[in-house]
Amino acid sequence: MRLPCPFCGSRDIQEFVYRGDADRVRPGPDGDFHAYLYERDNVAGPVREHWYHAQGCRNWLVVTRDTVTHAIHHAAFARDVSR
Amino acid sequence: MTRYSIFSLLRNAIGGQRGWPPAWRDAEPRAAYDVVIVGGGGHGLATAHYLAKVHGITNVAVLEKGWIGGGNVGRNTTIIRSNYLLDGNIPFYEWSMKLWEGLEQELNYNAMVSQRGVLNLYHSDAQRDAYARRGNAMRMHGVDAELIDREGVGRLAPFLNFDNARFPIQGGLLQPRGGTARHDAVAWGYARSASNRGVDIVQNCEVTGFVRSPGGRVTGVETTRGTIGAGKVGIAVAGNSSRVASLAGLRLPIESHVLQAFVSEALKPLLPGVITFGAGHFYVSQSDKGGLVFGGDIDGYASYAQRGNLPVLEDVCEGGMALMPMIGRARLLRSWGGIMDMSMDGSPIIDRSPVDALYLNAGWCYGGFKATPASGWCFAHLLATDQMHPVATAYRLDRFRSGHMIDEKGQGAQANLH
Repeated sequence: MRLPCPFCGSRDIQEFVYRGDADRVRPGPDGDFHAYLYERDNVAGPVREHWYHAQGCRNWLVVTRDTVTHAIHHAAFARDVSR
Repeated sequence: MTRYSIFSLLRNAIGGQRGWPPAWRDAEPRAAYDVVIVGGGGHGLATAHYLAKVHGITNVAVLEKGWIGGGNVGRNTTIIRSNYLLDGNIPFYEWSMKLWEGLEQELNYNAMVSQRGVLNLYHSDAQRDAYARRGNAMRMHGVDAELIDREGVGRLAPFLNFDNARFPIQGGLLQPRGGTARHDAVAWGYARSASNRGVDIVQNCEVTGFVRSPGGRVTGVETTRGTIGAGKVGIAVAGNSSRVASLAGLRLPIESHVLQAFVSEALKPLLPGVITFGAGHFYVSQSDKGGLVFGGDIDGYASYAQRGNLPVLEDVCEGGMALMPMIGRARLLRSWGGIMDMSMDGSPIIDRSPVDALYLNAGWCYGGFKATPASGWCFAHLLATDQMHPVATAYRLDRFRSGHMIDEKGQGAQANLH
């Protein structure tokens, strides 16, 4: 599996650190932290995930990836995909 | 049912091996059952067996979307052990070990349970301390554990690389009663025993939804082979737990990840038992056919693909070469991937779900195979009595909310690190 880093180009997955679901939203002080910390949608299909290019440009990316086929649909800088 | 014995073997040897009936019935689904178990893997079949045998509940169906033995029960590395550290885990896995020890007589089926020992190597003083602690925790629960030194490891496995300057082998923690079992035979043996007691094993029957009463209670399942009524429904589909539970509107503390395993070409008898490398993640045993069966870490990203990527293959093989360089010329025969329910503390869930009459057996991470007998035993107990079994009381679904995590590795809520 290779990820298309917007800065470095197509790079081997070994260079990246996986962080997981990019669509979890940190709740406010009185929010449901149990759901935020522990529960996952765990979708079979396309998901948006955070990946960190630790051994490259050190940018945080939001990658759209299919968990069933491992196909990579899209990658963008996390800072540009602000919620 | 033909009882397997020396006499039935002789009879069929004379008769050209044509007298063997199928080991279990490939049943057609009926309209309703007392208990429906979703998932015909090791855990689901074991649950059906113990429901019938221990609790006398035989009006049971096991629904399998593919074929028996085609899921994770056929994709593991067949290791059985109970060398855990935490109170929530040790009694459960030791109960599993005890059930393994009597399994073949109980099922009248050769599951090739072989207690050849599990040896975890340590490579530093700190790791020795951690293993001493683990061994002590095990012995306090009545589990066998021996801390052995470098010379002791040398006698067991002289072929290891004792000259590794960076990660010298200083000794190991040995569980002599650990070992391996034939994974397919475990599935078939449980299927045969459950089927003979009246359980319907229904293959090619994928659950696509749950039938709910106006009050929200689950009263049946919708499947690709029609609607089936059920008094209670148990989910035992590790790898796909989130997908099945989502059909009932549940969101679980689980991520699905892929774990790869590898087998080499067949070699002459070489390894005395299961050996794990403490300075990396590599574990290896030798099957009775001679292949070295080994694996390491999960790939580390969410996946339902049942296949992994090359960096993990490289990492696992590097671990193997660091530990036993002699395997460098053995050729890799096969590799495959299985999908793991990675829970948020690395421990499983056997509990009622928030939905009435729906029960959950999930979150086995990459340790589900060794747990098969106790998982079935405790899930059957839960389904039959509505009470959690005494050795599985810690495996609650709400422990993440209440703070009673069972985090053997102390990694926190990061599923890919467990």
